[in-house]
Amino acid sequence: MASVTLSEAEKVYIVHGVQEDLRVDGRGCEDYRCVEVETDVVSNTSGSARVKLGHTDILVGVKAEMGTPKLEKPNEGYLEFFVDCATPEFEGRGGDDLGTEIANTLYRIFNNKSSVDLKTLCISPREHCWVLYVDVLLLECGGNLFDAISIAVKAALFNTRIPRVRVLEDEEGSKDIELSDDPYDCIRLSVENVPCIVTLCKIGYRHVVDATLQEEACSLASLLVSVTSKGVVTCMRKVGKGSLDPESIFEMMETGKRVGKVLHASLQSVVHKEESLGPKRQKVGFLG
Amino acid sequence: MAMEMRLPVARKPLSERLGRDTKKHLVVPGDTITTDTGFMRGHGTYMGEEKLIASVAGSVERVNKLICVKALKTRYIGEVGDIVVGRITEVQQKRWKVETNSRLDSVLLLSSMNLPGGELRRRSAEDELAMRGFLQEGDLISVQAVFSDGAVSLHTRSLKYGKLGQGVLVQVSPSLVKRQKTHFHDLPCGASVILGNNGFIWIYPTPEHKEEEAGGFIANLEPVSLADREVISRLRNCIISLVTQRMMLYDTSILYCYEASLPHQIKDILKPEIMEEIVMETRQRLLEQEG
Repeated sequence: MASVTLSEAEKVYIVHGVQEDLRVDGRGCEDYRCVEVETDVVSNTSGSARVKLGHTDILVGVKAEMGTPKLEKPNEGYLEFFVDCATPEFEGRGGDDLGTEIANTLYRIFNNKSSVDLKTLCISPREHCWVLYVDVLLLECGGNLFDAISIAVKAALFNTRIPRVRVLEDEEGSKDIELSDDPYDCIRLSVENVPCIVTLCKIGYRHVVDATLQEEACSLASLLVSVTSKGVVTCMRKVGKGSLDPESIFEMMETGKRVGKVLHASLQSVVHKEESLGPKRQKVGFLG
Repeated sequence: MAMEMRLPVARKPLSERLGRDTKKHLVVPGDTITTDTGFMRGHGTYMGEEKLIASVAGSVERVNKLICVKALKTRYIGEVGDIVVGRITEVQQKRWKVETNSRLDSVLLLSSMNLPGGELRRRSAEDELAMRGFLQEGDLISVQAVFSDGAVSLHTRSLKYGKLGQGVLVQVSPSLVKRQKTHFHDLPCGASVILGNNGFIWIYPTPEHKEEEAGGFIANLEPVSLADREVISRLRNCIISLVTQRMMLYDTSILYCYEASLPHQIKDILKPEIMEEIVMETRQRLLEQEG
């Protein structure tokens, strides 16, 4: 992870601030920075989203392609994740490690039956299915990457439109796949149960949500909790070289569940509001 | 807990918001400045096909017969006598390498550094070995710049400069820091500010005892009081909002912005609409004050 070097005195200042629930930018320990979400920013994808969380800027594109189902799950489609760190801190090969770590975390949180209903992605069992390639592009790194990426992935999946296809059988038995003529006839994924990641960094004796790069430099251990909109924890992971004692893990998990529910509620309202604005919405994109 | 998500809003161009025409002549690389060959060309311009063409994006400045283009976004270009806040990146033999947001790393020689206690003596071999004890990687210092051969050379000859203690660093573009007589300000709201010419701004709690300044070697790691912390966080957010709206930074503008932000909560200052409102008010007050 990209990190900044801080002097001892600066770290002491940040740690004492967290103890008193007043962080450097005036937030409390459970406050997020202002998030900007926009979907449908890349025109040649099936779905896309861009999320700006403080200085962190993430772009996610989802492409739906036809493929063969996996052998052990013949009635389902699947998702493939790829993360690219394009920021200047990760020049050359540096970003690969971070990219694979984030991609593996995304695989883990989507690796259960209830996150995304994969059966809707099936076209004909054992032969054809939809494969969703989710590409995450890290435009700027300002701390708290996992949260921003999971919000962007959920928004992009909400925005994904997969064309409706029908399988026609010929007299000889050969199958033909027919795309419907109407370009707006498509299936949407239900993202009710898609989880979001909440990162809790342990600083001193307390933990904070949405840490900036400077706060991450003061924290020795963090807990990544993946929470659904109903507050169910799907996956948990500890990062960092410090240790966490079991009581604080329990507290952090409770905070993660609470914060996660509010996060989901806000995201739902924003993407629904964006959709209700319809084609008249003023697109901001990258030149706003 | 607070969580706010919103749709992005396109920014309105500056002249629309201010309601006046900008009098500056702005150019981008490749623009012709003038076809009159009587002018001498300065920084940021070059001669091509009998015309004077700009090579950087910025505003055109003209002094009698000299035309130059002052770039809007640039790395710090050192001048003699500038006050700079820097971070130590490396400890080498007899010197430290300091990062100051310039094109090359700046250099702080051991002989140019205050010794603890303010003694003046020849630096010995033991001092060389103890260098890491004075300043380590990641430490912040405030120094004066002596410009030489492209790389900025620094020195801390008086006890006013030296290692910095607890506080908050804000990094902005060097072109936004106004050149003034003094860069160390003790603001009446309860905190102090060092406006480094290189764009590094250091906000720290005002020390109670001003008489003996030891150049920062006695590290004060006691917790800062909550009231001071609030002032520092508010100042930090105000500075960031001034920078986002491209206003020049100096003690008066920061103070007016602080006062304009008092009715709002500290964490709300960074929301786009509140930021605009506060900076508008600051701009009004500054215009009234000027005349």
